[in-house]
Amino acid sequence: MVYPAPGGRRKPVKTADLVVVGGGPAGMAAALAAYEKGIKDILILERDGELGGILNQCIHNGFGLHTFQEELTGPEYAVRYIDLMEEKKLPHLLNTMVVDVQGGDSCMVTAMNKELGMFQIKAKAVVLAMGCRERSRGAMNIPGYRPAGIYSAGTAQRYVNIEGRMPGREAVILGSGDIGLIMARRMTLQGAKVKMVAEIMPYSGGLKRNIVQCLDDFGIPLKLSHTVTEIHGKERVEGVTVSRVDEHLNPVSGTEQFVKCDTLLLSCGLIPENELSREAGALMDEVTQGPVVNDRLETTVRGIFACGNVLHVHDLVDNVSKEAKAAGEFAADYILYGQREWGEAVRPKIPAKTKCTLPEDRDTGSQLICIGCPVGCLITARRKEDGSFDISGNTCGKGEAYARSEMMAPVRTVTSMIRVEGGFGQVVPVKTKSEIPKGKIRECMEEIKGTVVKAPVRVGDVLIQGVAGTSISVIATGNVGAV
Amino acid sequence: MYDVVIIGAGVSGCAIARELSRFQLKILVLEKEPDVCEGTSKANSGIVHAGYDAKPGTLKARLNVEGSRKMEALSKELDFPYRRNGSLVLCFDEKDRDKLFVLKERGETNGVEGIRIVERQELLELEPNVGDAAVAALYAPLGGIVCPFGLNIALAENAAVNGAEFVFEAEVQEIEKRREGYLVRTSKQDYETKVVVNAAGVYADQMHNMVSGMKMKITPRRGEYLLYDKNVGGIVSHTLFQLPTELGKGILVTPTVHGNLLTGPTAQDVPGKEETDTSREGLERITERAALSIKEIPCRQVITSFAGLRAHITEFSGKETGDFVIGEAADAPGFIDVAGIESPGLSCAPATGEYVAHMVKEILHPQKKENFISTRKGIPSIALASDEERHRLIKENPAYGNVVCRCETVTEGEILDAIRRPLGARTTDGVKRRTRAGMGRCQAGFCNPKVVEILARELQVEKSQIRKSGEGSWYILPPEEGGSL
Repeated sequence: MVYPAPGGRRKPVKTADLVVVGGGPAGMAAALAAYEKGIKDILILERDGELGGILNQCIHNGFGLHTFQEELTGPEYAVRYIDLMEEKKLPHLLNTMVVDVQGGDSCMVTAMNKELGMFQIKAKAVVLAMGCRERSRGAMNIPGYRPAGIYSAGTAQRYVNIEGRMPGREAVILGSGDIGLIMARRMTLQGAKVKMVAEIMPYSGGLKRNIVQCLDDFGIPLKLSHTVTEIHGKERVEGVTVSRVDEHLNPVSGTEQFVKCDTLLLSCGLIPENELSREAGALMDEVTQGPVVNDRLETTVRGIFACGNVLHVHDLVDNVSKEAKAAGEFAADYILYGQREWGEAVRPKIPAKTKCTLPEDRDTGSQLICIGCPVGCLITARRKEDGSFDISGNTCGKGEAYARSEMMAPVRTVTSMIRVEGGFGQVVPVKTKSEIPKGKIRECMEEIKGTVVKAPVRVGDVLIQGVAGTSISVIATGNVGAV
Repeated sequence: MYDVVIIGAGVSGCAIARELSRFQLKILVLEKEPDVCEGTSKANSGIVHAGYDAKPGTLKARLNVEGSRKMEALSKELDFPYRRNGSLVLCFDEKDRDKLFVLKERGETNGVEGIRIVERQELLELEPNVGDAAVAALYAPLGGIVCPFGLNIALAENAAVNGAEFVFEAEVQEIEKRREGYLVRTSKQDYETKVVVNAAGVYADQMHNMVSGMKMKITPRRGEYLLYDKNVGGIVSHTLFQLPTELGKGILVTPTVHGNLLTGPTAQDVPGKEETDTSREGLERITERAALSIKEIPCRQVITSFAGLRAHITEFSGKETGDFVIGEAADAPGFIDVAGIESPGLSCAPATGEYVAHMVKEILHPQKKENFISTRKGIPSIALASDEERHRLIKENPAYGNVVCRCETVTEGEILDAIRRPLGARTTDGVKRRTRAGMGRCQAGFCNPKVVEILARELQVEKSQIRKSGEGSWYILPPEEGGSL
């Protein structure tokens, strides 16, 4: 494809075998997989200032159980891939926005950044890995005023975890997906009062273990079958009206309750970001809101592959990595061995939406929800007369250990961030190296808030030794380079 | 002492300021909000009406036809988005057909050019997605759409460049008649002036009643709207109005000048002058009524809803005028009302500016300025620029290569321009209305923290000082509170 350049200065044209759009978990896994297959000429284009995508602000743990067989925080998970990328010297451009993608025998990607201006890359194949965005207040048509203080959970998460800043003092969270639950805990740990999490469905869309460790641990009420029906406050949020909904999800009049708050966080679903895919001419799937792909994750536009949340919204990053690895390999095959017949459309397997309700009449004295993994087994544990435990309901050894500790001395891992001086970032994400007694969480947070460290900081660096009078240290879960 | 104090930096106030800035006059525009275009001017249909709607002989009719004629040239002079997309008033019932003819005659009396009745077949050719029930329509090829912020901001900037002063967050609290002119007391300071122009929107009655015994009452009439994603902006190409039916006044469906789809407004009288909240009933009503005009309302593509207040005069000297009230108050010489500027006030603005400027001239007899700058160049739009233009802009200023708002492709360079211009943006709403950052499908989810950061850097304040709009509309707490910093 020859680019017409009437009059204007001609844009630089680069070439690469494979261009990956997006440097989050999907983009990195796809690029690495293609590299392993022998494609060395790869270019990753990332719109943000660093690789890792949304993982960088997901400083809580629970990532990597499948991929690395250990529980990592988001930044730690990202760093594993970033380190591999560096090791293989895979080139990437940061702060670079892709504005157009064209498929075909040779693909053409148009992008822009400060240094190169507008430029084009001629590639043999393209992997789309742009991720997804959150549903906004407007998309949900919540009536009322339009003050400051209404954030999508991800925006608030960015303020808190990347910038180290608080978006409010008193919050109501609408939507009980995992991001909403995680943010309820995060805001609470940083000193905000989370008044409630309202969920329009009769069940939570989040994992059971997140309901336990993000809400129950902190006494935050989860109001199922409730939604926000009005936003009050002309300049800043002053409160919201929360109403019960009937089985058709319509608000029941007479059930309105005014909840005073200065912040409303929305965690009401994610939408794959497919503007580029659409403009490239890819056929879209109404159900997944991602492009239609065949069994090789190739879109209906030749040479363009898709993976990760751009294809459909995944629950677990581990599944994103797995899918993206496959996409990278298929793209490599396509580059190495050429085009095959497109075949049939295959809708990616979307895991059934979690419909999480904790048993309402659960005897919290003896019945526990295991937080060891996303399954969230309901475990019954009784102390026998001889002092030993009778534990049932667990499906693995982790459950038994969890029940035992929960009955005797409950423990939790604390994740937060610590202020950094002289670094490229303001804060570095941290976690307790192992679990600390639940009763020590507040003390631990106070110590974390009072700590300042100097850049550079690397993943694994011990930043606080023996936090809150325990023998457990607080370690960095991300990297912050020195200025 | 000022020659003219204009109360209100909405589209009328700024149009008047710009016209007056052609003359050797000391002009001050007072605005209670932190920016121009903060009231009715920011929340409306963005339509340039052709002028067949207003009753012949009214100011509304005269200024509308004039304003609409001037709009295109003005959009070129001051570089704001305007497009003549044509409008259609849809008739859904054979027995309402005569109402179309009434409208057509009215338009012809008002001097609107090119209007004609189109039958269903031609209607379908003009608008393939028109609703099945539409039997005919009044077609006005000269109807247009405009960016209401763009128009208002362009007028204000050009007035400022030509010497008009603007003071924001200065709420007028009292107006005193002096031997010569008036003393205008505000929440900031007091200003002496020979002439006052009252362009205070829904507050114009309060301003008027401070100096005149002929009492005025404005009852704000709220209009709610739904705005849809750009990917459905092409469903219609004309502005589709509805003939009023038994079910009430119609709802319009229109593309916006930026390519979104817009439906609304409702009409509901509200007691308060700040009641710009939307309601469940209102939003449902829009969808229900708009469904008449087009085959399918893309409900899932709504990106935001909003409400504006029409400054409807319900009483002036004991009666409801149904028209704008523009002119010197009978018992307050030198106090010029520009009141009751409801629809088609936006379309009228260019004409209103000239009309009111003429009145001021009659009082003050000013000299023309030799060095009046009549043109203004807007902020370059990376989203609309060709790849070559983009490349050139980025090479000139690399900040145009840093995309901040991904939905609307707005760059750091444009945001810096918005802040650094005359009457530059001080709030995220100000940035949004000048650049469209945050106006897209994610509604500032991704770009809000970045815009706040750029504003803080440019204005040299801590990020917690950055507001969405008015006092108290902060985004994040001060560093010592809550966070780890």
